[in-house]
Amino acid sequence: MSIKNLFKIAMNALLRNKFRAFLTMLGIIIGVASVIAMLGIGQGSKLSIQQQIAGMGLNLVTVVPGSQQRGGVQFGAATMQSLKETDVDAILSECTAVLAATPEVRGNGQVVFGALNWPTSLYGENESYLQIRERSVVNGRMFTDKEISSAAKVCLVGQTVIKNLFGEGADPVGQVIRFKKIPFLIIGVLDPKGLNTFGQDQDDLLLAPYTTVQKRVQAITWVNSIYTSAVDAGSTDQAATQITETLRRHHKIKASDQDDFTIRNQAELLSTFSSVSNILTVLLGAIAGISLLVGGIGIMNIMYVSVTERTREIGLRMAIGGKGRDILMQFLAESMLLSITGGVIGILVGIAASKIIGSAMSWPVVVLPSSEVLSFAVCTIIGIFFGWYPAKKAASLDPIDALRYE
Amino acid sequence: MKKLIEIIKLKKDYYIGEVTVHALKGVDMVVNEGEFVAIMGASGSGKSTMLNIIGCLDKPTFGDYILDGINISGLSRNELASYRNRKLGFVFQTYNLLPRTTALDNVELPLMYNATVKSKERKERAIAALESVGLADRMYHKPNQLSGGQQQRVAIARSLVNDPVVILADEATGNLDTRTSYEIMALFQDLNNKGKTVVFVTHELDIAKCATRNVIFKDGVILRESIVQDRIIARELLAGMPIEAD
Ligand SMILES: Nc1ncnc2c1ncn2[C@@H]1O[C@H](COP(=O)(O)OP(=O)(O)OP(=O)(O)O)[C@@H](O)[C@H]1O
Ligand SMILES: [Mg+2]
Repeated sequence: MSIKNLFKIAMNALLRNKFRAFLTMLGIIIGVASVIAMLGIGQGSKLSIQQQIAGMGLNLVTVVPGSQQRGGVQFGAATMQSLKETDVDAILSECTAVLAATPEVRGNGQVVFGALNWPTSLYGENESYLQIRERSVVNGRMFTDKEISSAAKVCLVGQTVIKNLFGEGADPVGQVIRFKKIPFLIIGVLDPKGLNTFGQDQDDLLLAPYTTVQKRVQAITWVNSIYTSAVDAGSTDQAATQITETLRRHHKIKASDQDDFTIRNQAELLSTFSSVSNILTVLLGAIAGISLLVGGIGIMNIMYVSVTERTREIGLRMAIGGKGRDILMQFLAESMLLSITGGVIGILVGIAASKIIGSAMSWPVVVLPSSEVLSFAVCTIIGIFFGWYPAKKAASLDPIDALRYE
Repeated sequence: MKKLIEIIKLKKDYYIGEVTVHALKGVDMVVNEGEFVAIMGASGSGKSTMLNIIGCLDKPTFGDYILDGINISGLSRNELASYRNRKLGFVFQTYNLLPRTTALDNVELPLMYNATVKSKERKERAIAALESVGLADRMYHKPNQLSGGQQQRVAIARSLVNDPVVILADEATGNLDTRTSYEIMALFQDLNNKGKTVVFVTHELDIAKCATRNVIFKDGVILRESIVQDRIIARELLAGMPIEAD
């Protein structure tokens, strides 16, 4: 019997019991729709984390003082002062995989302009900061080498600081603000960046030469961290290795001793977060997959009913020349029609549900074509798998017994 | 005359748990091409069992069955199915039409399982078969819109459509009134006159007289065979029968 006729017969059989066919399909529809929506949510969160981390610069390799925490215990306060500005020079001159590096010195406090004040963070950096952190100056200019060596009292401001001290859209360049009583001349404005993955406002900052922050504001001899940029995203591991060697040598660390610093790179962060959201996706998908399985069992159940109801028909079809294979294909066509139709409707419902969830919860939901293809394939397989046993039962009936069946 | 059906020392046992039922206990029988044979006998004598074996629906336990020159006993399930499809036509007591399916689609059904017949030819042959049983105007009716006699005529059209070498009928008139029974027998006689071999099972003596030869079964063996002397020509009988006869 031709494929066309097989599906025609299957279609007619299903149309005879429209409501029953619909209820059976509903299991598959719900299963597929939830798989699509769940994978969409999982993929969406993964993608947004990836974008956020990539937005921080994929080439970024960070050095922080102190060895890696062990069981929550930090080893001595001295290790927190292990990084010096000379380390930056050493990294730049010795590590071939490093393109740029800047020390960072941080200070928190109130910034005051006239009668207004605002709590913010002051970041001391060198002129490579913009390149390393992938930021830009939208108004005014960056500080110069000369201003760094002279520890000039100049700064750039972020959008949030402008909003709170000068009002939205105001041009603060040329104004003088005070941070911990020290006056800073505003020479530039940083680009708006918004919140990062962890909810921090990346526009709530002042940017000044690290020398200024180190000597005039914090009065310390060390730096809080070092940011470096690898020559490309693929070289971050190499850069990390080179930096480790360089710093161990400069810090005169014995081979048996631990590093007094820790290196983090974005690729590592990315893979950590990616694997977390992968686990999330798999988990959500598995839960949804169970409902798909239940839907498949529903199909199997209804196919058994269908075979029993139509035993005499099977007998007749065999008597007039239907082979076991023809009968098998007829019932497989029926279960596949059920599961594929259910699957297609389920995909559409799933896409719609993803959109609704996405907009209602302002959650990033990404429906990948691959998950649609996957669902479709899974439905076809479910149709064959769960339709197989009832169809096999039908095909192996004895024609006379089937014809006599009451 | 060509031997179409040859049955040699055929036995059929059914095993139900510990019990063995000997339904056929050694049957020898020949049906020639163009014959019209009626099988008779008491209930449980093995008539249906015999017809099912002749129809390749069942296989003998012992003995041989040669249909149109081929020994059926050695064939596989699939080969038997092909045989039924190409060489045999069935008419059942309970019609066995597919419900909610038009007469035309029902008649087309055997050809659906024959890949060599394309859809256009399939339809043409089904229409011709329905016309030959006088149902040209009932082609798109479904079984529940047809009388019992009409349903049985659809079933006969279905048995004809593949141009079988023999038509088999098991109590095909069992569910019908006298007049309708003779109408069905008239159809069988028409077919037989055109050269078609017919083998059918019946309980009714008068119906059996429509055949050319009677074979009487008893307890799984043939009791006797006889050529029908005073053959009933169903069309003549119907002509003399008032419409409100029963
Ligand atoms: N599938 C089966 N399993 C077991 N025994 C069977 C089976 N089919 C038939 N028999 C037995 O075989 C014997 C012959 O049965 P069969 O149906 O051939 O009789 P029959 O002559 O057609 O009777 P009837 O006129 O009542 O239809 C009976 O004793 C019956 O019980
Ligand atoms: Mg019988």
